[in-house]
Amino acid sequence: MAILPSISVSLDLDPQRHTAVLLRTPTISTPFGLHRISVKPQKIFGFKMDSREIEQTRMSSSTLTTKASREPSGLTQELDSKLQAVPESESGCDLFKDMKHRFLSFKKNKYMEHIEHYEKLAQSQAPKFMVIACADSRVCPSAILGFQPGEAFTVRNVANLVPPFESGPSETNAALEFAVNSLEVENVLVIGHSCCGGIRALMSMEEEGDSSSFIRNWVVVGKNAKASTKAVASNLSFDQQCKHCEKESINRSLLNLLTYPWIEERVRKGILSIHGGYYDFVDCTFEKWTLDYEESNLKEANGGISVKDQLFWC
Amino acid sequence: MAGVSVSEVAIQGLKKLLSEKEDLDDVAAGAKIEKLTLELQGQKSHSSDPAVQAITDGFTDFKINHFEKYPDFYNELAEGQSPKFLVFACSDSRVSPTFILNFKPGEAFMVRNIANLVPPFNQIRYSGVGAAIEYAVSVLGVENILVIGHSRCGGIKRLMELPGDGSVHFDFVDDWVQIGLPAKSKVVAQGVPADQQLEALEKEAVNLSLVNLQTYPYVKEKISEKKLALRGGYYNFVNGSFELWELKTCISPPIIIE
Repeated sequence: MAILPSISVSLDLDPQRHTAVLLRTPTISTPFGLHRISVKPQKIFGFKMDSREIEQTRMSSSTLTTKASREPSGLTQELDSKLQAVPESESGCDLFKDMKHRFLSFKKNKYMEHIEHYEKLAQSQAPKFMVIACADSRVCPSAILGFQPGEAFTVRNVANLVPPFESGPSETNAALEFAVNSLEVENVLVIGHSCCGGIRALMSMEEEGDSSSFIRNWVVVGKNAKASTKAVASNLSFDQQCKHCEKESINRSLLNLLTYPWIEERVRKGILSIHGGYYDFVDCTFEKWTLDYEESNLKEANGGISVKDQLFWC
Repeated sequence: MAGVSVSEVAIQGLKKLLSEKEDLDDVAAGAKIEKLTLELQGQKSHSSDPAVQAITDGFTDFKINHFEKYPDFYNELAEGQSPKFLVFACSDSRVSPTFILNFKPGEAFMVRNIANLVPPFNQIRYSGVGAAIEYAVSVLGVENILVIGHSRCGGIKRLMELPGDGSVHFDFVDDWVQIGLPAKSKVVAQGVPADQQLEALEKEAVNLSLVNLQTYPYVKEKISEKKLALRGGYYNFVNGSFELWELKTCISPPIIIE
């Protein structure tokens, strides 16, 4: 396995000179035949290039570069000849170029514009929110709720599920532990969304099914939400049931948050608030509600949840 | 018992109307009434909580300046997603890939966890990450998996500090960051100077995750079909730089011994 030298893209912090430094790999273009990134969004959200950008080459001193240059040159030559037969694709290079442009645009328009803020952030983060959202490409919390760097410690997983304490360690509760106990966030926000593939998979799941599927093994965390959806909404269409389950599972996740002792303690003391959110990208609306801890305790027996401070933005 | 209140009468009437006019059953009609009520309340959705007000403003800005400006784009997205990327990034509030690499809605299926780690294939222990990889690769057909590490990573710092005696300070964090132990061993074995070890580990953990990705059968399959590329990235917010590299597997021509 070869790890190729890195491409470093960095801008001098000296605002007088904007130079882009690009170190190109000395070998081959990718044989993977990758497509160009979808052009449509770029047309809409175009960005301006810095016309003073100058390309130079400079040796990178990173560990990776040093490692790769120790590779016997024979290997590279063999690789070259092996790939003669493959139609040369430029998509890989395009991708690197595209990433470079995106990063430089961020650097110029945001990082340098607010350099003091970024220097402070580099020292430490103190986000007020912990957000648990779905991995779906359409529902990034930074995009739809405008979270800026430093504002939200974010976990994204399939179907924005929060497993209960008794299910044992997972990446979601590791992030919860860090956010709540170390960063001491004041809010936890679980955001669900419309047309969620993970929830759909949960609703479609047979009781006895293929347990070799990861998706199945994960979305089963939401089985209580599925059960309560079936109990009240089985006469609705499948799509409507899924929508119901999308919201039900958010509430289940909020209840699961309370199974963590260090979360429950903070909520009880009033120093941590737990919120649910639902983003509907079909008609672009957002609902938000807050767990009412006092009232919810009374309903705990039947898994009920009491909410307050409901908002609906449309 | 007091008679049914005026508002309850109104709601029952509205429910009946919705059932007849819009062919909604009881549960759906109830949900619609709730939505309408909230809509009316939301007209004055100014919150006294500055944190909530911030996200109210954020959503309003997104709706006006993006969603409503490009309805065709968003309508198409609502029908289905076809992202080209599966991105693994850290949960750190400072490193949202959407922000630093300008990913637009629909471009990147994104997993965020502590220290952007990808564990090796294990259906019992790591079903969350596995589900994301399975969905992105097998269902959505992404063409690139990009794992992005970053500077001053708290998770990597914790990994570095993990005591050798197995004692734990954090129940869940420590269990999670242990995934990176092979990368830690490598950095220590290479004799990287102490002041450079954290950065070296931040990058080596990305490489470890790329290697771990290949333990997932559908990932391996797509790579061999040349339909999937594995890439690593490193965002350094201290000096404002970004590195990008690719993991490639090559098999040299055989030596024929006769």
